[in-house]
Amino acid sequence: MNAITMSPGFAADPPVDRGEEPAAAAAVNAVKEKKMEQTLPPPPAGTPLGECLGQFARGILPPIVGLVLLIGIWHVATHRGGSIPAPSVVWDAAVALFSDPFYSNGPNDQGIGWNVLSSLQRVAIGFGFAALVGIPLGFMIGRFDFLSRMLNPIISLLRPVSPLAWLPIGLLVFKKADPAATYTIFICSIWPMIMNTAQGVQRVPQDYLNVARVLALSEWKIVTKILFPAVLPYMLTGIRLSIGTAWLVIVAAEMLTGGVGIGFWVWDEWNNLKVEHIIIAIFVIGIVGLILEQALILLARKLTKEAS
Amino acid sequence: MEKFVSIERVGQTFDTKKGKFVALRDIDLQIRQGEFIALIGHSGCGKSTLLNLIAGLTRPTAGVLLCDGREIAGPGPERAVVFQNHSLLPWLTCFENIYLAVERVFGQKEGKPKLKARTQAAIELVGLGHAAHKYPHEISGGMKQRVGIARALSMEPKVLLMDEPFGALDALTRAKLQDELMKICEATRATVVMVTHDVDEAVLLSDRIVMMTNGPAATIGEILEVNLPRPRDRLTLAHDPAYIDCRAAVLEFLYEKQAHVEKIAA
Repeated sequence: MNAITMSPGFAADPPVDRGEEPAAAAAVNAVKEKKMEQTLPPPPAGTPLGECLGQFARGILPPIVGLVLLIGIWHVATHRGGSIPAPSVVWDAAVALFSDPFYSNGPNDQGIGWNVLSSLQRVAIGFGFAALVGIPLGFMIGRFDFLSRMLNPIISLLRPVSPLAWLPIGLLVFKKADPAATYTIFICSIWPMIMNTAQGVQRVPQDYLNVARVLALSEWKIVTKILFPAVLPYMLTGIRLSIGTAWLVIVAAEMLTGGVGIGFWVWDEWNNLKVEHIIIAIFVIGIVGLILEQALILLARKLTKEAS
Repeated sequence: MEKFVSIERVGQTFDTKKGKFVALRDIDLQIRQGEFIALIGHSGCGKSTLLNLIAGLTRPTAGVLLCDGREIAGPGPERAVVFQNHSLLPWLTCFENIYLAVERVFGQKEGKPKLKARTQAAIELVGLGHAAHKYPHEISGGMKQRVGIARALSMEPKVLLMDEPFGALDALTRAKLQDELMKICEATRATVVMVTHDVDEAVLLSDRIVMMTNGPAATIGEILEVNLPRPRDRLTLAHDPAYIDCRAAVLEFLYEKQAHVEKIAA
């Protein structure tokens, strides 16, 4: 939306440093610059009109077209009525819902903000424990062949199990819904972290290890100066996969355990037959998942840039 | 002849899926202190295998290797290696890459300022003082290889082992680095074993050229003494009859006596 309102502003700006050039030459230059753009970093502010339009057309336009198309189809499919609410109905409900996201009328009736936050909290705790256990374990599996042979069959056996199958065990052990849901997140987050870290350690180039051997570095130096930096990109991939799975699983886990959380909220609204709220929840879950993913990609890019 | 590095009846056999593979057999070689040795031969002849044995990265299946009177039982900083592909750690700057080595070798005896001074001296020895705080991906291939050499030299090794150090470089950069290496060896009196497949490089740099027969079961075919006075200059040497003779002798060994390499590989 921003981009659409911004574009007339850019159009009104006169092209910089182009005063004396004939229009045709300017157009040719604009085309040339468009071609060059692919290899150059994004132009700074105040660039010629052609580049701005080109970038707009390539970067921002297609997603907007896609979104408009989605809402259009949704509108056409629902405008004659039916059980699925129309976009406008959902929009009105969303405005009402987000005008007060942090209200609290007891444990079963809280604002959507609280629900999202408590889901995120569960994911963070379960994921944090998984990282604490999974990353060191992955390092050891990668470094010691015996451990790898010992644990790989067990991991291969348990990894394809749906995390929700672990939920009853969690309920049995913890006797409470909340830690059981967190524990489910732990279980589903830990596999990608173990696997990717171990794989990263096993793929450390032999050249680097030969350097370590010729220098006769201590095990501590090998871990801090060679293994950790070399494994970091793999580890971050593991973390990103884990977070993605955790966010998928938490919704399902909360539907089963209840309490406060976006998954429970979806179930609650289904019981209240507020379908527009379920659609809102779908968007919210999607957007939060997208933000988590993008944040980790950014983090990975920043860390690996520093590391390489 | 005083032996500094001594290789006695060394053989190397690898266990492969197709059974035993004999890479090297009956290698006997004595290296004096301060000597520059080139190992030359067709690819697959076990030059690098022999270098790895001296480095201690692999253990021989027969015979024994000694360095300064002690058996080579494993890799160690007194036998520094310059790897074929520089092997700098990409997450450390050039300075930090060298510092890691300096710290390991001298860290217990010397304080930080002295270690840093050593690192700086090593990086200036190869003419890269200005690039000390760049990362390996920010500098050219030739510069990376120079950092690799600086790292090896900074450890003040008893023996400098080089595995085709200039193989991946263009001819001009290679010539420049060869000249630099000659100067450095002159100044430090280093003992060097260098694997190469470049005849000119071998003749220009070394005191003796160890020519190896084709694998499998490769061994030393001939050893050529290069009696050219130092310092050597590549331009004057190009017309020097002794240089041309050496060059011809190596070429003759490689392309007449050991020419059947393709037949074996096929």
